[in-house]
Amino acid sequence: MLKVLFKRLFSKLWRDPVWRDVLFQTGLILAIVLVGYQIIQNTLHNLETLGISTGFGFLSESAGFGIIQSLIEYDESFSFGRTFVVGLLNTLLVSSLGVVLATLLGFLIGIASLSSNWLLTRLAVAYVECFRNIPLLLQIFFWYFAVLGVLPSPRESLAWGDWLFLNVRGVYIPKPELTGETPVFYGSFLFAFLVTVSLAWAGRQYKRQTGRTLPWIKSLFLVGIVAIPLITGWVSGVRVGWELPVQGRFNLSGGLSLIPELVALLLALSIYTAAFIAEVVRAGIQSVSKGQREAAAALGLRQGRILKLVVIPQAMRVIIPPMTNQYLNLIKNSSLATAIGYPDLVNVFAGTTLNQTGQAVEVIAMTMAVYLLISLMVSLFMNAYNRYMAMVER
Amino acid sequence: MIEPRKPPVMNDGVPGWLKSRLFSTPLNTLMTLVIIYGFYLVIPAFWNWAVVEATWQASGSEECSPTGACWAFVNARLNQFTYGFYPVEQQWRVDLFFLQLVVVIGWITLPGLKGKRWSLAYGLLVMPFASWGILYGGFAGLKTVETHLWGGLMLTLLLALCGMVASFPFGVLLALGRRSKLPMVRALSTAYIEIWRGVPLITVLFMASVMLPLFVPENVVFDKLLRALIGIVMFQSAYMAEVVRGGLQAIPRGQYEAFASLGLSFWQGMVKVILPQAIRLVIPGIVNTFIALFKDTSLVLVIGLFDLLAIVQSGLSDPVWLGNAVEGYLFAGLVFWLFCFGMSRYSKRLEKQL
Repeated sequence: MLKVLFKRLFSKLWRDPVWRDVLFQTGLILAIVLVGYQIIQNTLHNLETLGISTGFGFLSESAGFGIIQSLIEYDESFSFGRTFVVGLLNTLLVSSLGVVLATLLGFLIGIASLSSNWLLTRLAVAYVECFRNIPLLLQIFFWYFAVLGVLPSPRESLAWGDWLFLNVRGVYIPKPELTGETPVFYGSFLFAFLVTVSLAWAGRQYKRQTGRTLPWIKSLFLVGIVAIPLITGWVSGVRVGWELPVQGRFNLSGGLSLIPELVALLLALSIYTAAFIAEVVRAGIQSVSKGQREAAAALGLRQGRILKLVVIPQAMRVIIPPMTNQYLNLIKNSSLATAIGYPDLVNVFAGTTLNQTGQAVEVIAMTMAVYLLISLMVSLFMNAYNRYMAMVER
Repeated sequence: MIEPRKPPVMNDGVPGWLKSRLFSTPLNTLMTLVIIYGFYLVIPAFWNWAVVEATWQASGSEECSPTGACWAFVNARLNQFTYGFYPVEQQWRVDLFFLQLVVVIGWITLPGLKGKRWSLAYGLLVMPFASWGILYGGFAGLKTVETHLWGGLMLTLLLALCGMVASFPFGVLLALGRRSKLPMVRALSTAYIEIWRGVPLITVLFMASVMLPLFVPENVVFDKLLRALIGIVMFQSAYMAEVVRGGLQAIPRGQYEAFASLGLSFWQGMVKVILPQAIRLVIPGIVNTFIALFKDTSLVLVIGLFDLLAIVQSGLSDPVWLGNAVEGYLFAGLVFWLFCFGMSRYSKRLEKQL
């Protein structure tokens, strides 16, 4: 009797769309909570039998392993928390360098693929088809083991004048350094930069209100950012010097040295991503209809102004969103560093730290959270830029 | 008085083509000459190394010519590159898997063959399980071949195929969930998709390999290959969901109203009206995610599985065959390139047809 009543009630609820939705969603949440509870129980039990403690206490324990490249002070005595920061900074370093290089190379190849020179366009197409159809990991291995791995020993370094040295330990380039009254130089640079930015902003407002360009706006950047710091620097006796790498008996000293892991990763990441960016740029420029160029030409604009005022602003609208995707991919792909031992976040934290502490859940969760956060910040920034560039419609 | 015009520039025939495409301006002429000089430097040198002075048969690196490519290394390892460590006398089973793949894919892609729908259904619903069964064995007198012996090109293809086929239904469900009018369903699907798309595949693979065993009761043991596959499917279905969502967004509202007015339920309408149209629209996008997955399978080497790249990589450290990194990577690169380039051509052709 009760069963029949319940069945009727249920079928009645099931036929009512509102109740059905509520029932369905409650069921879904219940299922997820149950599965989640089971997983947590299993994990706690398994960790207990393995003798692994839970929580983030391990972050303050001493790490006890070295890292081949760190942007901040680090040695074996520092904590696991410090290894996390070292890895994160290394990831950010290779990603930001990669983004810049890939963008430059990508734009160059994208524009080349639209050139009027047949050979150049074929070459650009060949580049894209070649590099985007081969796994990135294979390309990283290629640069690391097949190219950089067979360079001569430090004693027989390949040299390009006194400036560039290549050997199996990495690439050595001159390091810029300032001598003399550096605070004066930095101060004047900062001051000039702030004044220039505010004047440029004022000029922009003026143009928006009156439609006229201030005559001095063009020379502003030249004077503000280049000339003023140079002159004050010269007067106050600041000189820019280059610390050259010097060939010693066993190794090179001085200068800026890049470890082969970084160079290989950077080469592979930028060459691979540039192939995708080139396609994005090509599609963006092609999306600007020919009529727009012709209309601009009919108004009497010169070729350079047509590009600057008509074609590029419209192309950028199409380019920015897929470009954001490519930047995010590049940052995520930098995690392949772990395969050749570049000490990025995944390598030192999700690799070495996880192996030493066994705290898989915390370590993996932290690593994933960091990547999510980076992705989120890049998309926020690029979306803001996109809104700034986007077409204002009715 | 009007000046007489110059005669029009000749722009047909070979000289015209050359002039307009290669030598139209001084800058163009300069670029053409630089590129031709670059070809002159690179192509003959590469040809010499790769073909003229190359060694094709040898029993070790020492017998190879020092100035040419040592293709003998690839030749000697070809069996391992293809089959991994699969026992030689059982390799006919792998061949059967390859044959099945060629027949089904050929049937789907070659124009003018009938019964494409059936071969597609076989490829999606039966082939992954049939392949796993044939390769693993353990029934009907087939010897069991443990998954740690699987490797090489066969493993690459298997991971890509299973990853793709399994992530497809999840992707469709997630895409529907993201567009659902139920707030909880929508929030959960969106969160799932954005989380997996925001992290690198490597961390997902690490998670699958070190965390999955912790999640299940002690006595349940997951095969390493299966764990990697679970990670790949979780990751891939998020990407698939976004592709399918694109297709769903392109279906006009009238189609939804039409099936509702015919009295079809939500699921009937979805399966019979909306999804067939949406998926047809995004087939090129699906092929593109497949290309990405195919390349990404190479990442399983970081959790100790021997796909094509990993097995080439391990072959390079063989003391008998030292110093053949370039040859090994060129070979692996060429294989990956042929597959990916083929697929991208196919997707371009589909884009034109649809």
